[in-house]
Amino acid sequence: MGEAICAAAALVASGDPALVGIVALSLLVSLSAVALATLLGLPLGAALAVARFPGRRPIIVLLNALMGLPPVVVGLVVYLLLSRAGPLGDLGLLFTPGAMVIAQTILILPIIAALCRQAVEDAWVEYQEQLRSLGVEGTRAAFTVLWDIRFSLLTAILAGLGRASAEVGAVMIVGGNIDGVTRVMTTAIALETSKGDLPLALGLGLVLIAVVLALNTAAFLVKEAAQRRYG
Amino acid sequence: MILPLKLEEVSFLQILHPLSLQIEAGPSTIILGANGAGKSVLMRLMHGLLAPSSGKVSWSDADVRRRQAMVFQRPVMLRRSAFQNVRFALEVAGAADADRVAREALAEVGLSHLAHRPARVLSGGEQQRLALARAWALHPEVLFLDEPTASLDPTATREIEAVIRAFDGAGTKIVMATHNLGQARRLGDEVIYLHQGRMVERAPVEKFFAQPATPEAAAFIKGELPWV
Repeated sequence: MGEAICAAAALVASGDPALVGIVALSLLVSLSAVALATLLGLPLGAALAVARFPGRRPIIVLLNALMGLPPVVVGLVVYLLLSRAGPLGDLGLLFTPGAMVIAQTILILPIIAALCRQAVEDAWVEYQEQLRSLGVEGTRAAFTVLWDIRFSLLTAILAGLGRASAEVGAVMIVGGNIDGVTRVMTTAIALETSKGDLPLALGLGLVLIAVVLALNTAAFLVKEAAQRRYG
Repeated sequence: MILPLKLEEVSFLQILHPLSLQIEAGPSTIILGANGAGKSVLMRLMHGLLAPSSGKVSWSDADVRRRQAMVFQRPVMLRRSAFQNVRFALEVAGAADADRVAREALAEVGLSHLAHRPARVLSGGEQQRLALARAWALHPEVLFLDEPTASLDPTATREIEAVIRAFDGAGTKIVMATHNLGQARRLGDEVIYLHQGRMVERAPVEKFFAQPATPEAAAFIKGELPWV
């Protein structure tokens, strides 16, 4: 463990451009996936919370279940879609960061949508009558509630980020762990572990944890400041 | 004018039995009754938040949503400033000059000094005044109030009642549900008395309290439990 901490410190201190590249790509892929999944997941969750239509309840159960999607299965499906013989093969995305973003987006979309659905539904109980009385209905009502509970939704988004930055199965399959192209922190850790360089693997792991912790700290501080301001 | 409001044989599930009545412009109407008598349901049917199980609710004009407002027992404020809460209601209603109207409405209820505070950190009484400002800003023809002071202390209650009187004085039709007899006397011109989902009496305030026409109303006024 001491060796690992030394390795982590040495790694960071060296400012190795390869390491910087890996960290940067990890962040780029995971944050892009979080942004896309947020953009799609929040309206989807809010719509499911507010709208009433036949088949709504099975969809909610399905969405909740999809929070537990195995990354390797998502990776495999995206691989099949993007492979040369697959329906989206012409895009030439396989083994690129783009493919990794797609896979992670699919992985975390259910998490963000499901948690958002629950949050909006709870708030809706409180807001519904007042908003209808003011003449706010449909899409506008959904977005009003969504905006009003935006600080609570941050937790849903962070859950998505946690999942994206920690998973290895999907990015490994669709990215291929190509040095300098699609190698991210988790795939690098898996590789170093299988090569037997455990201190380096652990060192990379510590860097990954530090990055995730920094992101969560930033999000927490923003949320606190905003809550003080908006109540 | 959207008044008079007509209810014809309106019922709601087992809560409200078929009743017909007409709400006219002018005198303040108090809907009086014990908890569970159906006051809130009747208000929500009138305001259009609930659809009747049977019967018909009709206004004399089709464009009714914008010209009526409702203040609930527990106000629901958005997580933004007091001023922005009022402005939001005006924006939704498509009102012109929203900034000025919102400022005036806050002044009307004595909340100008708290305009830029987050609405959710205001006290219960302040939030209820803000809810009244939000309704006031829309210049409704009819204002429904559902037990607006039920969870407030006497000081806050007095402040709220003063604002309601000001509304009344400015010509807004007040329809208020309450189980508070003193409040009914102070603010009402006429009383609709509900008992177990039925309208058992409708009379001018003085007459209702002096000589109630039904034993249920008489018992309620005396503070007895009418079903015992």
